[in-house]
Amino acid sequence: MQWETVIGLEVHSQLSTKTKIFSGASTAFGAEPNSQACQVDLALPGVLPVLNKGAVERAIKFGLAIGAKLNRTNIFDRKNYFYPDLPKGYQISQFTLPIVEAGELTVQVEGDKPGDKAVEKTVRITRAHLEEDAGKSLHEDFHGMTGIDLNRAGTPLLEIVSEPDMRSAREAVAYAKALHTLVTWIGICDGNMQEGSFRVDANVSVRPLGQAEYGTRREIKNLNSFKFLEQAINYEVRWQIEQIEDGHRVEQATVLFDPDTGETRMMRSKEDAHDYRYFPDPDLLPVKLEEDWIEQVRATLPELPQQKQARYQADLGLSAYDASALTASRAMADYFEAVVAGLVKQDAKLAANWIMGDLSATLNREGVDIAASRIPAGQLAALLARIQDATLSGKLAKQVFEALWAGEGEVDAIIEARGLKQVSDSGALSAIIDEVLAANAKSVEEFRSGKEKAFNALVGQVMKASKGKANPAQVNELLKKKLGAG
Amino acid sequence: MSLSLQDVQRIAHLARIRVDEAEAAGYQAQLNGIFGLIEEMQAVDTSGVAPMSHAQDLSQRLRADSVSEPDRRAAFQAVAPQVENGLYLVPKVIE
Amino acid sequence: MTDTIKSLAALLAEGKTSSVELCRDYLARIERLNPALNAFVTVDAEKTLREAAAADARRAAGQAGVLTGVPIAHKDIFCAEGWLTTCGSKMLSNFVSPYDAHVIEQFKAAGMPCLGKTNMDEFAMGSSNETSYYGPVRNPWDTDRVPGGSSGGSAAAVAGRLAPAATGTDTGGSIRQPAALTGITGLKPTYGVVSRYGMIAFASSLDQGGPMATTAEDCALLLNVMAGFDPRDSTSLERGKEDYTRDLERPLAGLKIGLPREFFGAGLTGDTARAVEEAINQLKKLGAQTVEVGLPNSKLSVAAYYVLAPAEASSNLSRFDGVRYGYRTPEYKDLNEMYEKTRAEGFGSEVKRRIMIGAYVLSHGYYDAYYLQAQKLRRLIAQDFVEAFKQCDVILGPTAPTTAFKLGEKTADPVEMYLSDIYTIAVNLAGLPGMSLPCGFDAQGLPIGLQLIGDYFAEARMLNVAHQYQLASDWHTRAPTL
Repeated sequence: MQWETVIGLEVHSQLSTKTKIFSGASTAFGAEPNSQACQVDLALPGVLPVLNKGAVERAIKFGLAIGAKLNRTNIFDRKNYFYPDLPKGYQISQFTLPIVEAGELTVQVEGDKPGDKAVEKTVRITRAHLEEDAGKSLHEDFHGMTGIDLNRAGTPLLEIVSEPDMRSAREAVAYAKALHTLVTWIGICDGNMQEGSFRVDANVSVRPLGQAEYGTRREIKNLNSFKFLEQAINYEVRWQIEQIEDGHRVEQATVLFDPDTGETRMMRSKEDAHDYRYFPDPDLLPVKLEEDWIEQVRATLPELPQQKQARYQADLGLSAYDASALTASRAMADYFEAVVAGLVKQDAKLAANWIMGDLSATLNREGVDIAASRIPAGQLAALLARIQDATLSGKLAKQVFEALWAGEGEVDAIIEARGLKQVSDSGALSAIIDEVLAANAKSVEEFRSGKEKAFNALVGQVMKASKGKANPAQVNELLKKKLGAG
Repeated sequence: MSLSLQDVQRIAHLARIRVDEAEAAGYQAQLNGIFGLIEEMQAVDTSGVAPMSHAQDLSQRLRADSVSEPDRRAAFQAVAPQVENGLYLVPKVIE
Repeated sequence: MTDTIKSLAALLAEGKTSSVELCRDYLARIERLNPALNAFVTVDAEKTLREAAAADARRAAGQAGVLTGVPIAHKDIFCAEGWLTTCGSKMLSNFVSPYDAHVIEQFKAAGMPCLGKTNMDEFAMGSSNETSYYGPVRNPWDTDRVPGGSSGGSAAAVAGRLAPAATGTDTGGSIRQPAALTGITGLKPTYGVVSRYGMIAFASSLDQGGPMATTAEDCALLLNVMAGFDPRDSTSLERGKEDYTRDLERPLAGLKIGLPREFFGAGLTGDTARAVEEAINQLKKLGAQTVEVGLPNSKLSVAAYYVLAPAEASSNLSRFDGVRYGYRTPEYKDLNEMYEKTRAEGFGSEVKRRIMIGAYVLSHGYYDAYYLQAQKLRRLIAQDFVEAFKQCDVILGPTAPTTAFKLGEKTADPVEMYLSDIYTIAVNLAGLPGMSLPCGFDAQGLPIGLQLIGDYFAEARMLNVAHQYQLASDWHTRAPTL
């Protein structure tokens, strides 16, 4: 039987505020345990929540960025359950009336094989709501007990819930990556997945291809890397199909992914069917979004990745793939645009090739973010300008690139110091070619007798004799002339 | 409507309150008495009435995003049942 | 002795006494009478006298405010830094608060020393003060009887003259009903006037702190201290400081008093009915007119309240889990057992009952029929008042259906106990201000309370009516013999 996978994602994006969503305690990462848990975060008797404007503003920004409906009145509810990292015994969240509803995100999904054309996919975003994070349970052994650190308790989260619109792990990853790009792009989340700033829950089910109803879903909790997201979904899909093909039923469950085994397993703590007893939090009043506030926030929105992609294709003539790659992060796009702006003779494709090629490879190899690139955009532009004016061949340009990375100075100084200037003086070239023709009579013979390959060997010899500095186009031209083939 | 003993045990567990069998019977009788009092409101037609969550029809005030709370861990943990290395200790949590 | 805080403030201002001297007198009286009344959970003479000395120093430095040096007792629901703050529960029997409630801060800023923390129904759930882990409070008028609740300790302390004034909180009548049963004056402000920050929550959308004293004038002075915007409480109202004494001397000529026919029906009989009638006549003599008003949905207020308040409470009390503060059961084999035993042992039976009611009405499948329906009734009840206040300035009626009842008389039947608040609950649901003041005694010599209900933010008008009534009557000056 042919199976179809159905995936919806719930992404917990930690908002980049200085303070907690309901208290004035700091959200800085890595502090001493419980040193950033104030009386409100600890739920001391009598304390009350007051909503952080910065958190609401970031949610508005997100809603605007995905073209969603912003609920002008939205409310906070209490989700009641007991857990040691949840000090109040309830989580303040938005259940019935979230701040953001009905948006969408269009993403590029790469094809099956390298080189396949990327496919565009639009994922609907059901809702995005504000809520508070819980603390952390530390399971190292404290005489068989668990230690609770509440520094993270009360950190603002935007939970972004998609429709079950994805049909493969690859689509899910593409969507998650695009969302990650977007939240960091608009500056509402630092996107640090190791620190838990961007966590993904995947709802996965399978159904026979063509069936309208969804299968029973299982929720994979707390995936903190795109790799794990892909592995976990692929494992889960195989597991569910096997279950059904073996005649079992898939039961609704919450599971955890174990990166060591590559498998998912049921969470033991979720034994009782949850009855969260949601109700509107009486300590918090309805949140009202005024139009002028929304417009103020809109004015702070940068050009978004999708908008840039469209512009790169329409105005700069780049492919969809290039446009997508160059907008993988705001820093990448900023760098690209700075390089293009630095070229007198505009050539976006040349800039794109170098950024996605040599620069990306080097950044990857060195583990450096593009924002911290050792070659500033201005220097890369200067390098490309020397290619454009034929001072450098592609091969020489790579040498200059390496020298730039190594910190040997600016482009022209390196060319000068290393004597890398391409030889385009026809007199000098002519002399080199004459020497080469004299020394390679055999190749000349072969060429004259119709062996085209011999011509290439001669070009190679000329390049060698010029120590790579000869302008290849000019060599071709002169050589042909001298051999009487021009 | 009346609550069964199982209902009593179910809500006691939801509320994380241990109730033994003898107590459960007592709670069952009392809670059913109270629900008898509450039941009278079911007769009222409230269609078209907006639920009222707050005494005042106001909107939420927003706090500026600036740090106002110092580290008072020592004072807060002075009243804690069990702490070690700045952590609150609880029986092993199984995920 | 009936020392109003107004008279004590005058003595202090004239230099005829000191705060230390006053506090010593009250502490001595507490030491003598508290064993019989059990009005206080915590008394700490050293702390009180230190605060009194600071108040005297402030006065000597010429920086005294109106009430600087006048002592006050605080209901043990208010967190006060360095003070044991139990909320009447075993759950918080070891909780020394690391911070001050806004109300406590306000009284500290006014320079009013704390005489101690008063007993109360556990987590403010009760109408007789019998649910306290620290034992029942006894009514100073008859120590076999209850003082009402949940602010029973504060009421008994003021009625017994163990304190000139006290703070209370009122979720369904917890200031007004004990004030009525002990013959004192108590006021619940409009919801949002007094900050709830640091006031341990029972039902957040209904809870409101307020003053308890012997006179309306004292309540006005105390409200001047207690009230005020607090940015730490999202439901605190952003209004300018108000002088609640401003209308005290206003004549009552032209005042329209609304008499809800539902409050004067079959339920109201005997001495209470007679005393309330006489109070109405007295007010008429002072120039007031009466008009009959209808509060047709108020009969549903008890039912709606016993859905909404337990629902909020079940969630508010989830934080008491033995993890970060308070009681933790000594023996447990796992996390679930730690939770369940801690909460079974730490809470008394009334609290557990209400938590269970609340968990039930919010649980899956019951929410619409109970919680949502109760919220809709709340709207109808509040709208009744809006209509009524189109015809009158204040509403008047009895505070409680009976005078103080015997200890143990209603403990077996929660429903009967709940009906003690039948006249007060609607006011909380609507969020309106209300107060109780003494208007007579029954045949057994037990005080009877008169309830006034004001429109939103009409505290000053309500206090005006009460003050004018007290100028023309002397019920508020009567004190029990102890």
